Amino acid sequence: MSKSLLTLDGVGVTYDDKRVLHDLSFTLLEGEIGCLLGASGCGKTTALRAIAGFEPIRAGRIAINGDTVATVADHWPPQRRGVGMVFQDYALFPHLTVAGNVGFGMNGVASAVRRQRVDELLEVVGLAGYADHYTHALSGGQQQRVALARALAPAPRLLLLDEPFSNLDVELRERLSQEVRDILKSRGMTALLVTHDQHEAFALADKIGVMEGGRLRQWDAAYALYHEPADRFVADFVGEGAFLPAEVVGPGELVFELGRRNCRAMQDCATGSKVQVLLRPDDVLHDDASTLQARVVKKAFRGAQFLYTLALPSGATVLSLVPSHHDHAIGESIGIRLEIDHVIAFA
Amino acid sequence: MDIDIPHNAPLPPTHRRLPRRLDEHALAWLVAAVTLVPLGVVLASLWQPEGEVWRHMAEFVLPQLLINTAWLIGGVAVGTLGLGVSLAWVTAIYDFPGRKHFAWALALPLAMPAYVLAFVQIGLYDFTGPLQSLIRDVAGDSSWFPSIRSRGGVILTLTLVLYPYVYLLARNAFLTQGRRALEAAASLGLSRRQGFWRVALPMARPWLVGGVSLALMECLADFGTVATFNYDTFTTAIYKAWFGLFNLTAASQLASLLVMAVLALALLEQRARGDKRYTATGRGAANRPERLPPWRGWLVAGACLLVLSLAFLVPMAQLLYWAWSVAAEQLDLRYMGFVGRSLVLSAGAAGVVVVLALVLAYAVRRKRDIASRLAARLATLGYAVPGTVLAVGVFIPLAWLDNHLIAAAHALGWVGVSEVIKGTLLVMLLAYAARFLAVAFEPTQSAMQRITASQEEAAASMGLGRPAVLWRIHLPMLRGGLLTAALMVFVDVMKEMPITLMTRPFGWDTLAVRVFEMTSEGQWEMAALPSVAIVLAGLIPVILLAVQTEKHA
Repeated sequence: MSKSLLTLDGVGVTYDDKRVLHDLSFTLLEGEIGCLLGASGCGKTTALRAIAGFEPIRAGRIAINGDTVATVADHWPPQRRGVGMVFQDYALFPHLTVAGNVGFGMNGVASAVRRQRVDELLEVVGLAGYADHYTHALSGGQQQRVALARALAPAPRLLLLDEPFSNLDVELRERLSQEVRDILKSRGMTALLVTHDQHEAFALADKIGVMEGGRLRQWDAAYALYHEPADRFVADFVGEGAFLPAEVVGPGELVFELGRRNCRAMQDCATGSKVQVLLRPDDVLHDDASTLQARVVKKAFRGAQFLYTLALPSGATVLSLVPSHHDHAIGESIGIRLEIDHVIAFA
Repeated sequence: MDIDIPHNAPLPPTHRRLPRRLDEHALAWLVAAVTLVPLGVVLASLWQPEGEVWRHMAEFVLPQLLINTAWLIGGVAVGTLGLGVSLAWVTAIYDFPGRKHFAWALALPLAMPAYVLAFVQIGLYDFTGPLQSLIRDVAGDSSWFPSIRSRGGVILTLTLVLYPYVYLLARNAFLTQGRRALEAAASLGLSRRQGFWRVALPMARPWLVGGVSLALMECLADFGTVATFNYDTFTTAIYKAWFGLFNLTAASQLASLLVMAVLALALLEQRARGDKRYTATGRGAANRPERLPPWRGWLVAGACLLVLSLAFLVPMAQLLYWAWSVAAEQLDLRYMGFVGRSLVLSAGAAGVVVVLALVLAYAVRRKRDIASRLAARLATLGYAVPGTVLAVGVFIPLAWLDNHLIAAAHALGWVGVSEVIKGTLLVMLLAYAARFLAVAFEPTQSAMQRITASQEEAAASMGLGRPAVLWRIHLPMLRGGLLTAALMVFVDVMKEMPITLMTRPFGWDTLAVRVFEMTSEGQWEMAALPSVAIVLAGLIPVILLAVQTEKHA
């Protein structure tokens, strides 16, 4: 069991009497990559800035590698926290070369050693040979790599990344996020990133926290967020899906339009109460033999699959991912069947 | 109602060329000539030195002028940098009592022309002034008090007037890119102090070079302050050669030397502007400044207040006091005459200059080529050229033209003609135009750049012809920019002294001329009344600027 490297315990941040972060608690283990995921204005960037030391906190405690670096009374300045940061706009120093930027934070290191470490890092991020270039002449992706190398150079205990790929085009974003994950993992780096893009979060992070309105809704692995969301907001925010009305008919037993299923979470729910069942597109399978029929109301081509929006006899709709050789016209009725491992329902 | 449009109907005209005779290149270079002719005339005199004048100047005049100017430039550069950068740093990065108000108030000294602060300083700190009198009352002796009528006094006065150039630009630099870069530096283990020296200051270099160059250009162009202090520099020497010796050659040769120095500064400033493009580090973070601990906060607030008092509050109070003491007898028809002529001249010059700026900006927009941009670049060089130089440069060719016109008139039998152009406002307006074209060009051009090509095309696609586009798109969108331009020129002409002194037709005494005359006679109270009017006018753009910075901060 590795030790926890970053701990937030009930952290709150206030701007001009407005609470922007409430009771934020989570733990990141050494070598893990964490991610705060949420729409803009949800408080995720504020959380990152509080950890870096750019925002004082009004409640709770932040500990890095066992040191309590922030409480309401005690605020370590950023330079004491040993935290590296990659900024959304990179914040490269325009008056320095690439090597000057990367070596910037290595204070008290002999210049020969420094030069060697800079070269080594540039090699790692794939920018060997760019040491003497000025940063404004580099492409967006290259600037991103310089920013990463610069943040890694002083060997921080924790690396923070603020929307690191948002300024890049989609293709580069995917390639670079994989590269960054490999670099961080190979160095055993603990890192926390902030993003609004769930694909980025899934691609990079071991643990993801979904945030909304300054609160952390769920802190979990990607698989659990998708298949076992803690509340309706997380279910809506992560992935696609539809909700069907259901009724509790016995201990943990639900009846809804597509059948009868067991749901552990509803074990203690009173018989007769009304709930909502979450159906992901991959829970609803196309089956010509099925007696359950639904009418195609919308279809979106996704290459290997179609995402069909299907209307049930009651008028409620569900989503279904179907291999794309099953090309059905809008208005056509097709047979469907459910295949669910864990039934998720919310009151 | 549906109107059928045939498929092959021609598209509305999107582009109609102006007739040949209104070629935009010709227009642009015509405007540029307003600056280039006087500059050329002055520079040309460098290549035809008249041996005797030159020898006399080299022996008796130049050494002292050069030493004085070198001290002045060095002192003002150090002073404005030190004051401007430190004030910009504390108001941009830290929070302390009154920070928000100091942020704009520290630009107030811009409103006070240097020649006004000059005589107020002497009035305040001279042997007979209130401060030394107080010291004598308390301590019995004030002979240890350093004399204000000294090299140090001139440097101090010009520093207090000109530091806002550095302050405003440095603050802008620290606000726009400093904070985010400082955060990056902090995340790499640097303290605030280290961050200042290793990141904020080097990154702000283009802004600082720009600010200091502007301050030094004003310093070299200054005439009123050095005249008040009896501190001989090129501008006073030109003035003396012009009025004292009536020696146009000496004046233009001195002017040519001054122009060389000033153009070097202008070049430096324009290069600094180019460098800024590379120095933007992303968006500014919505970051609140760091609160200083109480005692240090009050200390910083005290320092800001001290600078503001020395540069603006105390002089302003003294000025108002003097003006009040003579208001009863001096606020008469004669004074209204000064005011009226200042207003008429400023408004007239503003109109002329804005039209020229508009023509120039339009030509650059239509052509978008090197020739038109070069014309604009050269036409706007005048902001760097001292008024004394432009006065000489405009006067010489017009006098030459005048002589030919008079000769022609005599040949035609009009024997009574002695002056055609020389004694008119035209000389003055042309010199103003050359000096202040840049002031009007910048807001005009930036307003014009906000009109995108696709907006013009959208209008054209809705069937508007070129005149309609000009009337319904360009003018409404340019109105704000043109008003700013007119206002800036208006205020600058109001404050202008040497051009007005040297080229005004008989009887055209303005507020600035009155200030000069009363200052020359050491009548501070009498000089105060017209000065108050000038300072009040000067406050308008500073307040507009303050409102703008408040909005951005």
